[in-house]
Amino acid sequence: MVSVTDRGGGERCVLASTPHEQPMNEPGPPHTIWLKRNHSETTETKKRAGQMDFLRPASWEEALAAKAEHPTAVPIAGGTDVMVEINFDHRRPEYLLDLNRVGDLYEWEVGEETVRLGASVPYTRIMEHLRPELPGLALASHTVASPQIRNRGGVGGNLGTASPAGDAHPALLAAGARVEAESVRGSRLIPIDDFYTGVKRNALAPDELIRAVHIDKADGPQQYSKVGTRNAMVIAVCAFGLALHPTTRTVRTGIGSAAPTPVRARAAEEFLNAELDEGGFWDNGRIITPSVAKQFAELCSAACNPIDDVRGTASYRRHAVGVMARRTLMWTWESYRGTAARTEGVA
Amino acid sequence: MGTTGLPTNITQGSRTKGGIGESTLRPDGTLKVTGEFAYSSDMWHEDMLWGQILRSTVAHAEIVSIDTGEALATPGVYAVMTYDDLPTDVRNYGLEIQDTPVLAHGKVRHHGEPVAIVAADHPETARRAAAKIKVEYRELPVITDEASATAPDAILVHQNRTDHHIGHVPHPNIVHRQPIVRGDVAKARERADVIVEGEYVFGMQDQAFLGPESGLAVPAEDGGVDLYIATQWLHSDLRQIAPVLGLPEDKVRMTLAGVGGAFGGREDLSMQIHACLLALRTGKPVKIVYNRFESFFGHVHRHPAKLHYEHGATKDGRLTHLKARIVLDGGAYASASPAVVGNASSLGAGPYVIEDVDIEAIALYTNNPPCGAMRGFGAVQACFAYEAQMDKLAAKLGMDPVEFRRLNAMSQGTALPTGQVVDSPAPVAELLRRVKAMPMPPEQQWRAAGEAADVRELPGGLSNTTHGEGVVRGVGYAVGIKNVGFSEGFDDYSTARVRMEVVGGEPVATVHTAMAEVGQGGITVHAQIARTELGVTRVTINPADTQVGSAGSTSASRQTYVTGGAVRNACELVRERVLELGRRKFGTYHPAWATAELLLEGGKVVTDAGEVLADLVDVLGDEAVEIEEQWRHRPTEPFDPRTGQGFGHVQYSFAAHRAVVEVDTELGMVKVVELACAQDVGKALNPLSVLGQIQGGTTQGLGIAVMEEIIVDPKTAKVRNPSFTDYLIPTILDTPTIPVDVLELADDHAPYGLRGIGEAPTLSSTPAVLAAIRAATGLELNRTPVRPEHLTGTA
Repeated sequence: MVSVTDRGGGERCVLASTPHEQPMNEPGPPHTIWLKRNHSETTETKKRAGQMDFLRPASWEEALAAKAEHPTAVPIAGGTDVMVEINFDHRRPEYLLDLNRVGDLYEWEVGEETVRLGASVPYTRIMEHLRPELPGLALASHTVASPQIRNRGGVGGNLGTASPAGDAHPALLAAGARVEAESVRGSRLIPIDDFYTGVKRNALAPDELIRAVHIDKADGPQQYSKVGTRNAMVIAVCAFGLALHPTTRTVRTGIGSAAPTPVRARAAEEFLNAELDEGGFWDNGRIITPSVAKQFAELCSAACNPIDDVRGTASYRRHAVGVMARRTLMWTWESYRGTAARTEGVA
Repeated sequence: MGTTGLPTNITQGSRTKGGIGESTLRPDGTLKVTGEFAYSSDMWHEDMLWGQILRSTVAHAEIVSIDTGEALATPGVYAVMTYDDLPTDVRNYGLEIQDTPVLAHGKVRHHGEPVAIVAADHPETARRAAAKIKVEYRELPVITDEASATAPDAILVHQNRTDHHIGHVPHPNIVHRQPIVRGDVAKARERADVIVEGEYVFGMQDQAFLGPESGLAVPAEDGGVDLYIATQWLHSDLRQIAPVLGLPEDKVRMTLAGVGGAFGGREDLSMQIHACLLALRTGKPVKIVYNRFESFFGHVHRHPAKLHYEHGATKDGRLTHLKARIVLDGGAYASASPAVVGNASSLGAGPYVIEDVDIEAIALYTNNPPCGAMRGFGAVQACFAYEAQMDKLAAKLGMDPVEFRRLNAMSQGTALPTGQVVDSPAPVAELLRRVKAMPMPPEQQWRAAGEAADVRELPGGLSNTTHGEGVVRGVGYAVGIKNVGFSEGFDDYSTARVRMEVVGGEPVATVHTAMAEVGQGGITVHAQIARTELGVTRVTINPADTQVGSAGSTSASRQTYVTGGAVRNACELVRERVLELGRRKFGTYHPAWATAELLLEGGKVVTDAGEVLADLVDVLGDEAVEIEEQWRHRPTEPFDPRTGQGFGHVQYSFAAHRAVVEVDTELGMVKVVELACAQDVGKALNPLSVLGQIQGGTTQGLGIAVMEEIIVDPKTAKVRNPSFTDYLIPTILDTPTIPVDVLELADDHAPYGLRGIGEAPTLSSTPAVLAAIRAATGLELNRTPVRPEHLTGTA
């Protein structure tokens, strides 16, 4: 619960832990968060230990300037990751950079070949509006937490946190997304393959913010599967994304929660690309043989580098990734064959 | 199920509207659903402080030093207290054995044990100040299982025990041991044509109530304290709190605050004493609210168990004998362990006729999290094991598992292994017959939609892991037996105060008890009883507090029986007084006042033939009739410490389940499609509440079957998943349809013939699901919960 009162030069906001408002004392208790209408005023107020400055840029340009001035600032949009960490006191950033007032982060553009997806577009929107263009990501969005969280969280947060368990990553890897990162120094597109650099680490520079994700519109069937130990609202034990790209006659994969970072199963992709190519599968639409599917699955399992933890054993994760790889391959390929058959019929 | 969604076969209605047998609505129901109900965590007091507890970061260690200086110097902090600041020599508490330090004294025995407490003007200040307290630990080896607890050189978790169990336990790291020995197992074994053995493991389940531990202590001008608290038994708390504070019990006035679920987890104290200590120290109201993380450390859990079972049977399917050993892990403090041992052993044979039995149950002291009461209380763990055994025996004999159970089912008149002859209906065979006869859910419902598979109906749900590949259906059955009420000679009474007077021209009954309403619906039932007995429409239920005598615990499926019985008893006494008043005022006007059986109905005094003699408004006039009276069920007796013989339990409760599951056999994911239940409830006082209890208990049993488990590191005894992120409880998508078939066979010893119902469905739900998964996979599965690893050979 948040109450806001005007104070000279800024707004003070109290995050109370119960529905009952606490009286605000002077000096404020350590949880007090200072809201700045204009972040240049921050220098005038001496911060108390444990306090967070809450930066509220009204535009993208202001956000970039704030991030440049305070590279340790933690961006917050839906808050579905950041607030959990703050509530549990796992993290106490000096600055929170609230992106909720930057409206264009909530927008998406469907271009000729590519969707430019604003970093804060909620998963619910992706499910409802972008299923034809981004079927893999839409399926992944379905598996994110609960409806309430899906209404708040977006892909930018998944990328910013870069947890190996983030639900969007396998779909982004399989689709070959590009992350639009920007700072006051300029803008760049980071290929998703280069984005994840370590456990909860990514390729962003300290002064960069994620503005959008560029994802090619699906040119073939895509699938996404996630194993959790209950049937809804669960963190991935492991996840798998697969996209057929008939235009380039390639297959791309993405694996979640089975390695320190989200990864592609490159050897599996290469094997399958070669098999499909040699057998003329893209043209003749033949059924993929069980032995090919099996080998693909084994190579996907081999691409994992999982750990044992409370959510599952490493051995199970390897096994499950293999099963999901085989199944999603069969589903996408059957779908591709159906499409190919229909196309042939029309022709 | 009927079209109303109510269980079938229930008698409806009574002669006064809103009386027993009707599904009157709960007064708190709408508020809870709309989020307006005030829980204990919602309380607020002008000028109040916030309390925070500092808990141990290690499981077993000597405390070398505690430095509170920096915490005390923090602006906004009003008090920091450790063991040395406790006001009296009473510094321990406990339900039965006072072995739990209010604050750690020289040693911590489990991860998350309270070490110090802080009061500050804001919760965040309190939390940060607590973090500044420096505690130096010298770590000790951890005791985590039977082998480490009973090793010759094992460190004693508790030195110098003086409790009344120490005389009969084989090792000081064993809290209590109860053998149940009847007949001659060695001899009976010779008659057995088949013998099956099994080693079973039951994981540590959490009550996972949604309202975390919380309360508000307000210091009073008379030097006492008013405590508003979510608990299961106000007077049990009071008995433990007052001596530690050095106050007489009448200066610790307790009022029940809104309880957000309990399931046994609020039988032990949590923050009660801490809040009172800080309030008395600072002279200010102190509120404490645990967050979810702390809640996992703030209450006891269900005992994890290892159970070894051996059963024999003849070729024609008759059980010959049972030899069982049940090892329960009680963790660092005793809590309810002795009584859990009593239940696990005395109910360890299940609802079956077995003449020759040798059962031993023990609870260990270890450095694992303390375990105590949880719905099903010892009977749950045993049921998991004996029901797995029944399926193994049936398979070995080539018999149908339900028919095998029915053949051996106990009934009214059966002598249990304790020697107690069950003297009220025990329709075990009939419950099994009914649950088996219920229509089966259609196969492969995910195909019904047409072309694409409806993944919501498949294992994995919207996680989209299968479109039908690898999915196999399995069906499993189980039945269980649970005692009702406190056992083994415990003086298990309740108290009710009932008042009748005219308010606003209408007769009104007021019911005042100390019964903790924890969601079970007792307040609804009390009003129904008052209407039925006193013939009034309007009933006021006063808040539960310690201004009235003890109601006993809201646990052991006992409150409708015992406090319901006390309310009925008080109502009957009030009715007698009212009729006396009527006779004095109007007796001369009609001979029936002297001769007929008189009742109160519809606001009037009527004869049993239905003739109206007077209006209650006129009978009462300006007078109020009020009676407070204790009520007891018939006494029980302790089990013999060597043989376990004795009339130990006052009543038994039975439920049977049929589970239908679909298992993705490749990924090890489980979808429970349906969990049908048949239960004997004696008499359904409120059919809708009965349904809610059965469905809730069934779902809690499902949770421990497929997902719920507190994972404790065996090397460090530290809890690894203290959050709802990793301690999973069923969502609505994991909860199947639960058709319920209810029997009402009266127990003549109980008020209205009712039978306690809240726990029995939690027993049989788990083994039914396990049996169904075994049927689908062909795996042995001797542990619960079952995780995907166990179904895929990747554990």
